[in-house]
Amino acid sequence: MTDVQLGCTPSQTVGPFLAIVLPWHDGADIVADGTPGAIVVRGTLTDGNGDPVPDGIVEVWQADPDGRFDHPDDPRGAASTPGFRGFGRCATDADGRFWFRTLKPGPLPAEDGHTEAPHLDVSVFARGLLNRLVTRIYFPDEPAANAADPVLGDLPEPDRRLLIATAEDDGTLRFDIRLQGDDETPFFRV
Amino acid sequence: MRTPYPLDPDGTHPEYDVADYRSTALRHPKQPLRLLPQRLTEVTGPVFGHERVRPGDDDLTRWGGGEAVGQRLVVHGRVLDSGGRPVPNTLVEVWQANAGGRYRHEVDQWPAPLDPHFAGLGRVVTDGDGHYRFATIKPGAYPWRNHRNAWRPAHIHFSLFGQAFTQRLVTQMYFPDDPLFFQDPIFNSVPDPRARRRMISSYDHEVTTDHWALGFRFDIVLRGRCQTPFESEPDDD
Repeated sequence: MTDVQLGCTPSQTVGPFLAIVLPWHDGADIVADGTPGAIVVRGTLTDGNGDPVPDGIVEVWQADPDGRFDHPDDPRGAASTPGFRGFGRCATDADGRFWFRTLKPGPLPAEDGHTEAPHLDVSVFARGLLNRLVTRIYFPDEPAANAADPVLGDLPEPDRRLLIATAEDDGTLRFDIRLQGDDETPFFRV
Repeated sequence: MRTPYPLDPDGTHPEYDVADYRSTALRHPKQPLRLLPQRLTEVTGPVFGHERVRPGDDDLTRWGGGEAVGQRLVVHGRVLDSGGRPVPNTLVEVWQANAGGRYRHEVDQWPAPLDPHFAGLGRVVTDGDGHYRFATIKPGAYPWRNHRNAWRPAHIHFSLFGQAFTQRLVTQMYFPDDPLFFQDPIFNSVPDPRARRRMISSYDHEVTTDHWALGFRFDIVLRGRCQTPFESEPDDD
């Protein structure tokens, strides 16, 4: 242990002008268009009135299809999948919409022999949010893994449902984020 | 609870529901946040470095073929974790208003002029010692509609990834002795006054460059990781 203990710099809002720098031209492309097995996750960010939030930005971070991270702190070792960035960032449009093109992540080992179901960690930033909000996106075609997931398992049933994306007729997955109100998205402190 | 990155003390960060900052009213969750154990997805994170930075991204004083109007600054500092360890090779994204307090953004319509030579965005990467540095001009204060005669103190927005999902931080850098602090609900949303002061840069004469620019130092501290080997090893417990 080190003796040093510095206080952390506080969080502040991104404000209304985040679009000056934060959106990247390839931000939503966690994998490139045309990548075999690519899926699209999309949704709408809304406020307590149900109105779209047009000045927000949504980020996701996830494992690759083998459940690995290209990161030195993965105790199994860093493992990269060519063309897969693991991170996506998408500013909301005038209608509050965001989307990502990605590969479905694999399940992850957890303590005591548990397994985390495939998921994306999500950060939400916006004017009016002084601190990011964190949530998770789970997959609708994983009922058994979702039932055994230790994070979902700690939530009451209605909240569990709100963290599972829904399959749309066009083959995309839908995950809406409601900051407040009926069916408010469950958020986490991390 | 598995928290290899211990939570910050209460008061370090703003609450979500801050009555004085009106935009929070419809955007704060009403349900309590649940603690997310820090497992593999949380102790890893995107690691971006120079591939996201273009030549000139560290100099906001020139754009569109000319020099921006305003007081030139060199802003520098170190990105550390709360254990005092430098955070090397991490992307820092910044954005700000021009010298007149106007952002180059369609939503910003208050009648201060746009500067044809100021875009207001920058990107830098920390070196091996966690140090970053960029040149800019001093942003102006600007009015907003939050309350009567409301003005934001001059500030520069910072976005940092750190090395793990738990360390992601968006903050604002302020300037010493700004007379507008008293009425700003965003600055004052940080409950602990000591934490609030960590958002204020300091004048740095060592970095002030003769006949060129004033120096300001802004160190940024991200959450640190416990040093005990532990816990996040999924196989050892």
